[in-house]
Amino acid sequence: MRHVGIVAAGAFLVLLLVAALFPGLLAGGDPTATDPVATFLPPDSVHLFGTDQLGRDVFTRVVHGARHSLAIGAAATVGGLLIAVVWGLLAALSGRFGDAVLMRVADALLALPGLLLALLVVLITGKGVVGATLAVAVGIAPGFARVVRAQALVVRRSGYVEAAIGLGVPRPLVVLRHVLPNTFGPLLVLATVTLGVSISTGAALSYLGLGAQPPTPEWGAMLTESQGFLHLAWWAALFPGLLLVLTVIAVTVAGRHAQNRSEGRYAS
Amino acid sequence: MSLVEAADLDVRFAAGRVHAVRGASVRLEAGRCLALVGESGSGKSALARSLLGLAGPTATVTAAELRVAGEDAREFGPRDWRRVRGRHVGLVSQDALVALDPLRPIGAEITESLLAHRTVPRSRARERVVGLLTRVGVPDPEERARQYVHQLSGGLRQRALIASAIAAEPGILIADEPTTALDAAVQARVLALLAELKEQGTGLLLISHDLAVVEALADEVAVMRHGVIVETGPTDRVLEEPRHAYTKELLAAVPGSRPRTGRGRPPEGEPLLDVTGVVKRFAGRTAVAGVDFTLRPGETLGLVGESGSGKTTLARVVLGMARPDEGTVLLDGEPWSGVPERARRARRHTIQLVPQDPLSAVDPRWPVARVVGEALAATGVPRAERADRTAVLLERVGLTADLLGRRPAALSGGQRQRVAIARALATKPRLLVCDEPVSALDVSVQAQVLDLLRRLQEELGLATLFISHDLAVVREVCDRVMVMKDGVVVESGPVEEVFAGPAHPYTRSLLDAVPRRVRAALEPPNNALPASLS
Amino acid sequence: MRGALARLVSAALVVWAAATCAFLVLQLIPGDPVYAVVGSDALVSEEQHERIRAEYGLDQPLVVQYLNYVARLATFRFGDSYQLQQPVATVLADQLWPTVQLALAATALAPLLAVLVAVATSGRRNWPRRVAAAVELVVVSTPSFWLGIMLLTIFSFRLGWLPVSETGGVASLVLPTITLALPIAAVLTQVMREGLLAALDQPFAVTARARGVPETAVRYRHALRHSALPALTMAGWFTGTLLGGAVIVENVFARPGIGRVTLQAVGDRDLPVVQGVVALSAVVFVAVSVLVDVLYAVVDPRLRRKTGVQAI
Repeated sequence: MRHVGIVAAGAFLVLLLVAALFPGLLAGGDPTATDPVATFLPPDSVHLFGTDQLGRDVFTRVVHGARHSLAIGAAATVGGLLIAVVWGLLAALSGRFGDAVLMRVADALLALPGLLLALLVVLITGKGVVGATLAVAVGIAPGFARVVRAQALVVRRSGYVEAAIGLGVPRPLVVLRHVLPNTFGPLLVLATVTLGVSISTGAALSYLGLGAQPPTPEWGAMLTESQGFLHLAWWAALFPGLLLVLTVIAVTVAGRHAQNRSEGRYAS
Repeated sequence: MSLVEAADLDVRFAAGRVHAVRGASVRLEAGRCLALVGESGSGKSALARSLLGLAGPTATVTAAELRVAGEDAREFGPRDWRRVRGRHVGLVSQDALVALDPLRPIGAEITESLLAHRTVPRSRARERVVGLLTRVGVPDPEERARQYVHQLSGGLRQRALIASAIAAEPGILIADEPTTALDAAVQARVLALLAELKEQGTGLLLISHDLAVVEALADEVAVMRHGVIVETGPTDRVLEEPRHAYTKELLAAVPGSRPRTGRGRPPEGEPLLDVTGVVKRFAGRTAVAGVDFTLRPGETLGLVGESGSGKTTLARVVLGMARPDEGTVLLDGEPWSGVPERARRARRHTIQLVPQDPLSAVDPRWPVARVVGEALAATGVPRAERADRTAVLLERVGLTADLLGRRPAALSGGQRQRVAIARALATKPRLLVCDEPVSALDVSVQAQVLDLLRRLQEELGLATLFISHDLAVVREVCDRVMVMKDGVVVESGPVEEVFAGPAHPYTRSLLDAVPRRVRAALEPPNNALPASLS
Repeated sequence: MRGALARLVSAALVVWAAATCAFLVLQLIPGDPVYAVVGSDALVSEEQHERIRAEYGLDQPLVVQYLNYVARLATFRFGDSYQLQQPVATVLADQLWPTVQLALAATALAPLLAVLVAVATSGRRNWPRRVAAAVELVVVSTPSFWLGIMLLTIFSFRLGWLPVSETGGVASLVLPTITLALPIAAVLTQVMREGLLAALDQPFAVTARARGVPETAVRYRHALRHSALPALTMAGWFTGTLLGGAVIVENVFARPGIGRVTLQAVGDRDLPVVQGVVALSAVVFVAVSVLVDVLYAVVDPRLRRKTGVQAI
């Protein structure tokens, strides 16, 4: 049962990756090509997912959209993680004062809803894919930074770090050999789990008109466009969202799998 | 009349793949105590729980006979079991701090037992709760009933747990390691309470790995190993004339039953470690309040005290892991405390720790070879020689080379402790600090690790600071002993003198708390009781 | 008493720090804020430009601007909106009630759903748990904007059961509430079920069973309370999701409210309004944390002394 889920998630992710890298393989058409006589066509054998208000093929757009949605989510996760690692490690390894300042800043940012923080970033960067990516990254960074710091502190006070100090291993080496790797392991797992959230938040920003702009076939942006015509063409809203949901599910399943495996490795 | 009787009982877990109890037979009678003895994983808890129908949702219990309160329990459904639990068979488990619901007042917990079987009307429950708490010796019962588990001391907690177990007046009480989580002095008082209940007619099933506890309470002993009861008999007979090889092995491993290696007189020579007036405070609390001692090469000093007495803090100061607020530590005549870490680093190899919990003391990602290799590298052993040296070290601590590639999680507790010892030896230390090095291990493994430590001390002439709460272990390996209480050394001297004639009342109370058979071993041979454990 | 005072001070500090972060962030915005007032296409004379700068205090040094900002914040005056030409406090106050309605409805629905589902699926049998876990995974993975759009499509456009947009009635609150509450409920359910199962594995649950207490009573009397503790640690996340979710839900269902105002202010670069929203949500966050501290102490007696909250 569990294996079926992981295999299905894996297969879907592979398909998604193909769609992101070589969309032409799955859908040969032009995602932005309009056709004034073929608007609002329901799904059939020619247009698998139907057509939208401009006569564009929804299937082609959904396939080509994978690239944008995945890229925002992945880049934001990596970016957020990088900010958080520097932030959290600085806090954990600097003295009491530095720790207090860095963590109070994180607390202050955590007091704001993640989406509001992202909106603030968009204010600075302006609308667009880069802005949205940065916004999502900044939105997840403070929470991550807390995790990094907590984990680094646990590792720093652990018996094996004390043992290494007791052996006379110089401090930078102890950090490099023990603190960093043991902090990173759990973090990478957390990152896979967060990837789904990032993809979803990125799409939300695009939906709100702050990320990818029409006519880019980004899933969130497609939903905004389709929302005015829900009574005429439900399919134009159903499929981009469905793909988004499936993507997040697949990423989450894969992330949890990684989490279980890594916990299994550390368990006695 | 037997209140609980099981014959040929089997417990299987995980769809039969784990056979936890095989063909066990037990009889529990009013006013008698049967002890189940065995090491962890021997199946003693599974056997006990199956008598309550609580072996767990994944367990399958089969038996030729299983009678509880005169009924055939093999036919019991959930409802029947509920009728029996608490009313006919009660359970007291190890640690009251977690065995009583921490979110409810203890009065509510005891009331729950009363009301589950409607032994008293709700209106009289409060009065009964006070009565029960009084019976188990809890002072101010009315006030205590309103308190939560975390507000009570270890001993009172355990009494409250016992009160909740006997509330519905069960004929049989299953006591699963009832005193293991307690300090020695408290342990003795809880044992006395259980003995009193037995006198009043309650039948006991005592589960313990501690033979001293068993001896104090049990009329009969059943020794378990790998799910099988290998020997049963009256307590005195089993402990004095064990028949089964495993029982003999178990008895031989009990600390205090083995010959002493410690010497009475300190060795000659300049002190290796010189601790003067050390004080260490944490946020207003003084953990160590002015301690002086010296340790000479080859000498073993025992440090004894209950939890919170400051032993571990003192050890951290000695190890150079905590900076004393006052006082000095000299290592080999040179300042060791109060100098920058850089100055200490080159000399750190002189002094090494053998930890209580070796699992947390080794990097979980690293295989054994790398753990030991790091220590060798730290003392400047060239890379090319490390593999050979690691092999020698492993052999020295009694491990085989096939463990080199294993991660700590894949080792047993005893193996992990040996790896930690090998790592400590890799730096060629002159002083070992052993912080409760065997308290997390089963007795037979404990004995092996102690043997190893003793052998290494002799072969390498190591000085040792040996921290333990177990007086018998200290007696076995130490030359001198220091007794610590509230951050102060209240008594110190050669082991035999201190144990034979304790001067300080606290030392006396520690010794009084040790059950008779072990105490006999603690006393000098000339006035020991007749050789009961020869 | 002293604990309460310390809490108040730290609460004020969090609000101040969040507002300061917002102030600093907004200084990074490229471009002249004057154009945010008059519109980016407007032609402004030099003189008008100066007047507008003076009017909004933009001509003063940054430190003075910051001190003014803090002073206004402390007295709940956020200045005038660039776009709406009225005090920010008025703008927010006007839009507060619809959002509060929505948030309260979701706050009532999500925990209720979570407790019911968690208790119902923490039993000995495996299959209800598996089904619930699968449903939760799908719900958690569903972005609220799409959930809202789909609910609209089905219940408003297809079935015609519920109004498409805000009508002021209760009916128009149903879909937004569900959209906001479902994903939160799914996460809470997971946390509570794990808490329940963990508690049922604890020694005290064994003790309770050994007293002859029925399994359902063990679950309700003992385990449920324990499962509330991990759920309470989610409160910060809960608040954030609620406020962030309001932005999206109000947009999907074309409801008035703080979320809509926020989005509009971001789009128009209406900085005073943005600052007001930041301060407001920091205050809400702090208020929720204080409430949660109290709840903690109510649930867990071990925390009572530490938090200074007395037993109830």
